[in-house]
Amino acid sequence: MVEEVMHPFMKYLRSEMIPHIWCPGCGNGIVLNCFVHALDELQKDLDKLVVVSGIGCIGRTAGYVNADSFHTTHGRAVAFGTGVKLANPELEVVVISGDGDLFAIGGNHFIHAARRNIGLKVICANNFNYGMTGGQQGPTTPLEAFTTTTPYGNIEHPFNLVHLAAASGAAYVARWTTLHVRRLTMSIKKMLQKEGFCFIEVISPCPEIFARRNKMRTPLEVMEWYKRASVVENFSDPSKAEISPQRLVVGEFVDVEKVSYEKLLHEKISQINEKAVNW
Amino acid sequence: MSKKALLTGAYFMNGDIACAEGAIAAGCRFFAGYPITPATEIAEHLSERMPEFGGIYIQMEDEIASIAAVIGASYAGLKAMTATSGPGFSLMQENIGLAVMTETPCVIVDIMRGGPSTGQPTLPGQQDVMQAKWGSHGDYGIIALAPSSVQEMFDLTVEAFALSEIYRLPVLLMGDEVVGHMWEKVVIPPAAQIKIVNRKKPHQTPDKYAPFMPDDDLVPPMACFGEGYHFHATGLTHNEQGLPKTQSSEVQSKLVRRLCDKINMNADKIIRYEEVLLGDADVVVVAYGIVARAALSAVRKAREAGIKAGLLRLVTLWPFPESRVARATEHAKAVVVPEMNCGQMVREVERVAKTVPVSSLSKLGEDPHTPKEILEVIKRCA
Repeated sequence: MVEEVMHPFMKYLRSEMIPHIWCPGCGNGIVLNCFVHALDELQKDLDKLVVVSGIGCIGRTAGYVNADSFHTTHGRAVAFGTGVKLANPELEVVVISGDGDLFAIGGNHFIHAARRNIGLKVICANNFNYGMTGGQQGPTTPLEAFTTTTPYGNIEHPFNLVHLAAASGAAYVARWTTLHVRRLTMSIKKMLQKEGFCFIEVISPCPEIFARRNKMRTPLEVMEWYKRASVVENFSDPSKAEISPQRLVVGEFVDVEKVSYEKLLHEKISQINEKAVNW
Repeated sequence: MSKKALLTGAYFMNGDIACAEGAIAAGCRFFAGYPITPATEIAEHLSERMPEFGGIYIQMEDEIASIAAVIGASYAGLKAMTATSGPGFSLMQENIGLAVMTETPCVIVDIMRGGPSTGQPTLPGQQDVMQAKWGSHGDYGIIALAPSSVQEMFDLTVEAFALSEIYRLPVLLMGDEVVGHMWEKVVIPPAAQIKIVNRKKPHQTPDKYAPFMPDDDLVPPMACFGEGYHFHATGLTHNEQGLPKTQSSEVQSKLVRRLCDKINMNADKIIRYEEVLLGDADVVVVAYGIVARAALSAVRKAREAGIKAGLLRLVTLWPFPESRVARATEHAKAVVVPEMNCGQMVREVERVAKTVPVSSLSKLGEDPHTPKEILEVIKRCA
């Protein structure tokens, strides 16, 4: 009998959901891999972990992680997570979703959660387009990029996600690419130990749907772009953190101590009840 | 000692506040909402009351976020509610479907005003009652209740929580602006007289637990986040393990039919109504909400005038009390359905009361029907 060998990280995944749905060369697997590594290195209690996703390719992540998980309607992962975190602040609530889900249909929830500084940990896999529906233009699609709905080149200015998160009040903001697996894993570990709203943007390849329309024929060419153009500029001005063929600014941009919404709320509740005693 | 959650006693309060106190009495410990006339007082009151006993109040960025947060809080183990009016109710529809699909116990209050669109924010309407049944896409069963008084704003909010916990679904409390803003006497009963129901917990160990495997009553027991069950829930078509099975006609059919059947098969246990002088009635008035109060007065006046009139007041709008309406109308000569809309529930009454002429008494844009207006129609039909 041959002994069945199990991958050491299989305990973090739902085996019945594997294989995943992602295309060859997709970066989502790397994001999941780094997340699971971070959980393992921190020895996180999986009983207290809730993974929430919206709709899209990366939105399937919630179903792959062997913790409590919820796959919401399109764009609503952050709002759903807000309810979870407030109802039980002991839970570690991680939102893993895409650029379209978090910043187009869900943009309002993102900026308000960051403003409130609620203790959600948000990871955005940014692949510059709507992959699952076949490659339409989205809120991060670069100018002049070709997608199935910008056949003549994109004329909409994209969001700079790290600038948006920083301006909205996030306590931790970082950007990496799927080439930066070690730094990304460290960033996720850092985020999971921080109080308040934390955000990591992961520039992630969509070779099948996006890259091949934009002069990068193979997954390797996308990774070569990351390698050639990436510059680590930790704590530089996030408004200048550009993403272009020549320059891809990555790093940690914000890391501040800030009391979380849920902590302020429970302090307020305690104060009100102390006052009630004095009556 | 913190202030008490349950304020047993007699009070003079408005319907929105009574609803808020009903939620507290039922054990609601999470409210997420967004300001909107004429439901805002529910949020205002809960923002003051919730912290007094450790409950959570949060004002979200919109109504979509409000119901999303409510679903999240319910999955994290709290009884949760949101309150709104027509425009916000429209925004919530997609996530009402999510709550149905993920079988999330929660309560959604719609204090109806005149629509469509921004409509008449300060005036009453009953224009959302069909939306309550059909508003979210796809097929599903739903429960909607219609309070007629400030006391019922309290009582039916308690009832809504009980139903939502028993059947694992969003329960809709369809008030109107008048019952929301009217001030009346309310009696908050002692704890022993308040029906508190909590969702069924899993009877299996985590390794055997299938989050959407129903019991005989078609309702699956519910684990919550953080209890060690490591379960998945999704708005996608899913199997009993909660995992997406979007290509299977068998899984889709089984799931969607169960979501409908758990309400239809338990309809007799769910449905509540009030009958007044129906026994020998020639003219049956079917009404709900504030309009039923005027209808009651009209029926009494008709009796004084020698007309055999009776009232069937719908407390449960959905599931529609088909058999009761059929029975109440089968020996009648005429049925009158007064509503503050262009005629919505009247369609259901017509569907059931096949052999009797049914008149819609539609009123829009101002105060509810007066007893006199309803009496005139009763007289015409008699």
